[in-house]
Amino acid sequence: MNTLTLVDLEKYAKTMAGSGPDWVRVSMDTGGIAAGADTVCTIFEKGAGTLGFPFEVRRVGSLGYSFADPLVEIAREGMPRVIYGRVDDEVAGHILQDHLVGRRLLDDHILAWRNRALAFDGPITYILVKDTSAEKGDKSQFFQFSLAEELKRCNLQDKVQVVRAMDMGVYDEGVAVQFLPSRVTYTNVLAPDVARIVKTSVQGNQVIDDLLYKKPDRQVRIVMRNCGKFDPENLQDSLRYGVYQGLARVLSSMKPEDVIAELKTSGLRGRGGAGFPTWLKWQITRAVERTPKFIICNGDEGDPGAYMDRSVLEGDPHSVLEGLIIAAYAIGATRGYFYIRAEYPLAVSRVEKAIADAHQAGLLGGNILGSGFSFDAKVRLGAGAFVCGEETALIASIEGKRGSPSPRPPYPSERGLFGQPTAINNVETLAAVPAILVRGGPWYAQYGVEKSHGTKVFAVTGKVRFPQLVEVPLGVTLREIVFDLCGGVFGDKDIKAVQTGGPSGGMIPEHLLDTKISYESLQELGSIMGSGGMIVMDQDDSMVEVSRFYLRFCVDESCGKCAPCRIGGYQMLQILNRVARGRGEKGDIERLRAISKAMQKASLCGLGQTAPNPVLSALRYFEPEFKAYLEGGVSYARKMNANRPAEPVAVEPANA
Amino acid sequence: MVATATPASAPPASPAATKPVNIRINGLPVTVPAGTTILEAARHVQIKIPTLCKDDDLLPTAACGLCIVEVAGQPRMPRACCTPVVEGMNIATHTGALTDIRRTVLELLLSTHPSSCLTCGRNGTCELQALAADFGIRTENIKRIVTPIPPDTSNGSIIIDFTKCIKCGRCVQVCQEVQNVWALSFLDRGINTRMAPAGDITLAESPCVKCGQCANHCPTGAIVENDETPAVWAALHDDAKHCVVQIAPAVRVAIGEAFGLPPGTNLTGKLYTALRRLGFKAVFDTNFSADLTIMEEASEFIERFVHKRGQLPLITSCCPSWTDFMEKVHYDFIDNFSTAKSPQQMLGVLAKTYYPKKLGIDPAKMYVASFMPCTAKKYELERTNEMYASGYIDVDIALTTRELARLIKQSGIDFLNLPDGQADSILGDYTGAGALFGVTGGVMEAALRTAYFLVTGKNLEKVEFESVRGLQGVKQAEVAINGTTIRVAVAHGLSNVESVLDAVRSARAAGREPPIHFIEVMACPGGCIGGGGQPYGVTGAVRTKRAAGLYQHDRDRSLRLSHENPEVKRVYDDFLGQPLSHKAHELLHTRYTARPLYKR
Repeated sequence: MNTLTLVDLEKYAKTMAGSGPDWVRVSMDTGGIAAGADTVCTIFEKGAGTLGFPFEVRRVGSLGYSFADPLVEIAREGMPRVIYGRVDDEVAGHILQDHLVGRRLLDDHILAWRNRALAFDGPITYILVKDTSAEKGDKSQFFQFSLAEELKRCNLQDKVQVVRAMDMGVYDEGVAVQFLPSRVTYTNVLAPDVARIVKTSVQGNQVIDDLLYKKPDRQVRIVMRNCGKFDPENLQDSLRYGVYQGLARVLSSMKPEDVIAELKTSGLRGRGGAGFPTWLKWQITRAVERTPKFIICNGDEGDPGAYMDRSVLEGDPHSVLEGLIIAAYAIGATRGYFYIRAEYPLAVSRVEKAIADAHQAGLLGGNILGSGFSFDAKVRLGAGAFVCGEETALIASIEGKRGSPSPRPPYPSERGLFGQPTAINNVETLAAVPAILVRGGPWYAQYGVEKSHGTKVFAVTGKVRFPQLVEVPLGVTLREIVFDLCGGVFGDKDIKAVQTGGPSGGMIPEHLLDTKISYESLQELGSIMGSGGMIVMDQDDSMVEVSRFYLRFCVDESCGKCAPCRIGGYQMLQILNRVARGRGEKGDIERLRAISKAMQKASLCGLGQTAPNPVLSALRYFEPEFKAYLEGGVSYARKMNANRPAEPVAVEPANA
Repeated sequence: MVATATPASAPPASPAATKPVNIRINGLPVTVPAGTTILEAARHVQIKIPTLCKDDDLLPTAACGLCIVEVAGQPRMPRACCTPVVEGMNIATHTGALTDIRRTVLELLLSTHPSSCLTCGRNGTCELQALAADFGIRTENIKRIVTPIPPDTSNGSIIIDFTKCIKCGRCVQVCQEVQNVWALSFLDRGINTRMAPAGDITLAESPCVKCGQCANHCPTGAIVENDETPAVWAALHDDAKHCVVQIAPAVRVAIGEAFGLPPGTNLTGKLYTALRRLGFKAVFDTNFSADLTIMEEASEFIERFVHKRGQLPLITSCCPSWTDFMEKVHYDFIDNFSTAKSPQQMLGVLAKTYYPKKLGIDPAKMYVASFMPCTAKKYELERTNEMYASGYIDVDIALTTRELARLIKQSGIDFLNLPDGQADSILGDYTGAGALFGVTGGVMEAALRTAYFLVTGKNLEKVEFESVRGLQGVKQAEVAINGTTIRVAVAHGLSNVESVLDAVRSARAAGREPPIHFIEVMACPGGCIGGGGQPYGVTGAVRTKRAAGLYQHDRDRSLRLSHENPEVKRVYDDFLGQPLSHKAHELLHTRYTARPLYKR
């Protein structure tokens, strides 16, 4: 690719990606590939030639619906666009034959659109049906049948196909239907409604107000704006979707101070967990007079169950790079590093390719886009130590030293990488930056609540029906995320708590799930926002065991430098271990609290300071469970452990 | 070449460091220069914040967490050791909350530490023990879990007991940053973290040069010198042995610290008396053989510099850690090394040849003990075959200043009230130049005094060379002798050596004249006065005081030039002939071998 100019960038952004109207996008992130997206892609590529019309297969990033991997999105001329989930080799074959050639949608694999409409914009060609209330006694088939019968009665069977969907994006709303292509959605549909749906909506193209599902989608995709839309390894595609437009605006018309001011208006705060205002970090680093300065993208995502950063790096590396270049411009850095953990090989290779392509296109290197601003970036691999996500340890790791934190001050903004002023921003933070600069700070600030603006990506996992990535404006409630977006707890169990913030976070009990999520509110509850992991626990989960799990993680990941974390975590784990075996001792709860306090206050870095949080929050909300273990002794612990996988028991040989 | 190295304890220079900052500590107003830490500021108002990992001689490692304080308006509790004061800070250092947290942290440290205080090498000098006593910890609230790891006794100089390590990181800092040896590093992580040679090899297999700085800075009994006091007792109680003893220059100005006296107090006379009362049949002084070393080394320098026989620069070799380091890392300078043995070994060989011959004692019965400020001297005893020049091991045993203090305490001698004694005349008299061997720059100064005489036949009018004194990491000077300029360099603390040698290397590579003619290196910061075997608690200020003790000693001597030492003259006349004679070479010189085992 030749060196780009600002005019080229504008031209690219005005051309549409792809050539023809018929294409398939296969989500090729780590999760998709693990689920088999690679072979699915090959099947589409092989089948494309047999279709008789031009058909393009695109490898794209993930849409985030992890529960339905491998995901594909299909466009066929004259048909509404559809997302299929859990596409295996067989389903892929059916899509080729039935969908692309036969123009009929497949049952049980479609994910209904969440950006629902409130009115029809044309004739209905497909109706998606799904019983959103019950996993057993599913009424989907019945409604599919009765809708089809009704259509047949009205002689519409050739015009409208009724399809069973896999997921409606609404939950516990009875039977739901979505009309394609308009994406109008009805919920709580009862058998008597079938006739009027066909009459009023299919034939009359009128919305039935009492059935209409009016709640807007709680998701707002800013960070994930491009994930799943185009080939992340293709710079031209990225350009066509507007990547680097933020950079173009910055370099053509903004001073570094203006960039910082725009960020200040946006209210963007660090998405790595601590929530430090991004503009302030940049301003402080900018104000330090020594050069050279460095900018680092922290991609050392390590919380159990969290994979937001990986998805963004894999799905839209150019936007993160764009954010990094903008940050560099704002603080006056000449070199940047992506610090990505080596366990993310796909993210690493995509970012490396993005850097190489950007370099070739003149988006990196000397005199970027003719602006006179020069900047270069490199990838450094993390060896998998959790503590290396802490910024001073991360810096030590890049410098080739043992990854252990050092005291702050001096802060990295003053004395960071190789002793130079350095700003470190999380992947998600940097991914949001270009969007803010294209659409403006006020636009971004409209989302969220007081002090916590914009959107946050959460990885919702655990005992949840539809584990996935969701991006929501701050201020939504935990309940909305868990129930409205992810379908609630699976099975017929009750939710007990949601764990946020990973091993540094805490348990938030059911009765507090209506809390609006913000940095401050979660902290008040004894948890933290963290990087965005969200693990759902049901009634079967023992809080002693859960807190033990998280603590063990931190004990394993402690670098060992400071005594409170190194020994405190270890001794707390010893205490929890004996409590969980029913061999707890008098004073153990007090001991846990005392050690926690010492760790929180006297540990050197965030890992040790927050490691007791899961235990403390469990004690705060579920102390009776701990007491039950203490009072119930070994027999109680055995009973509690009965439904857990048995540990191997040494069996004495018969003739011993 | 610019002398860039600074002592490890010096804070990074900052232009703002002069601006005063006003703060309050426990309500007391304090004004300190910007860049001062909370810990230092508190000392201005007589407040001691407890610390365990912080060593005043080293940069803070921020490991222990005991020195946390409360700062009004800050939710976090910053560490006093590494947090600089900021204008208007309102600090509380001893609130109830802080004391509770500190106690818990201390309990945590104790919970992974063996309770073998009574049999520990640091019993009574342990910083952890002192804190546990101060905090009145009487119960084991947290279960003790000590992971058994066998100690590393592979190295005859120092012993590592991993179980006693509190991972403060001082030894790693001193080994890597002050000494540039990298024998010790952090291994593993979390609760399994330990300080050990990288790759989990033994200390003997590691690049360790036995300088003992790790042991000197260790707050607990995790790294201690190999205590050999029982062997000395055994020898003293063995009637078949004729035990004699020598004391090194730096011991006399530091041993008082082990008895509560201020650093730099010169206790030479009391030491002579004490050693005699311990049962040594003769008390010699290493200062005597330091004078002898100067005769050989200065002559060697004249050979090379004036007569152009041999390579320049000449590099001093009295320090066994330095020779070990050179053989492992800087072996391209072997030909530049003075072949003169160290004073310890010179005295040893004379004590087993000249002395018994003179007194008619069977040399096989001679037992030579030496008391040194140094752990590496234990290693030097068997360094090469030349250390057996007398036909026996020239020095039987070398003990540190700390072991000597222990020996004196064991013997029931009321050390501080002893009358002053005298050394035995035959190998005991010395000049002020010999005394200077114990401090950085001292060997150079002593050598220059004699070299001047050897070249000009005249003595210097002013014998002091101020430019080679002081604690700056690298010191350089030019000395004019008979119209010729001698360029000298002095380095101490092994991390300061490289820049000096690199200057010589680059001149050598370019085919230029060496930029330096004479180099003195001592491995430990400050020289032997800051040696790894000296009493604990060394800092720049302590080194300065110990050095001052030696400089005063030099001034107080009637003779201050090695070539004027009457006993040295007599040894040459009676026995050795002259400097660099065949006999002198046989007994007083050694060889070096390249041992390029460690690539860096």
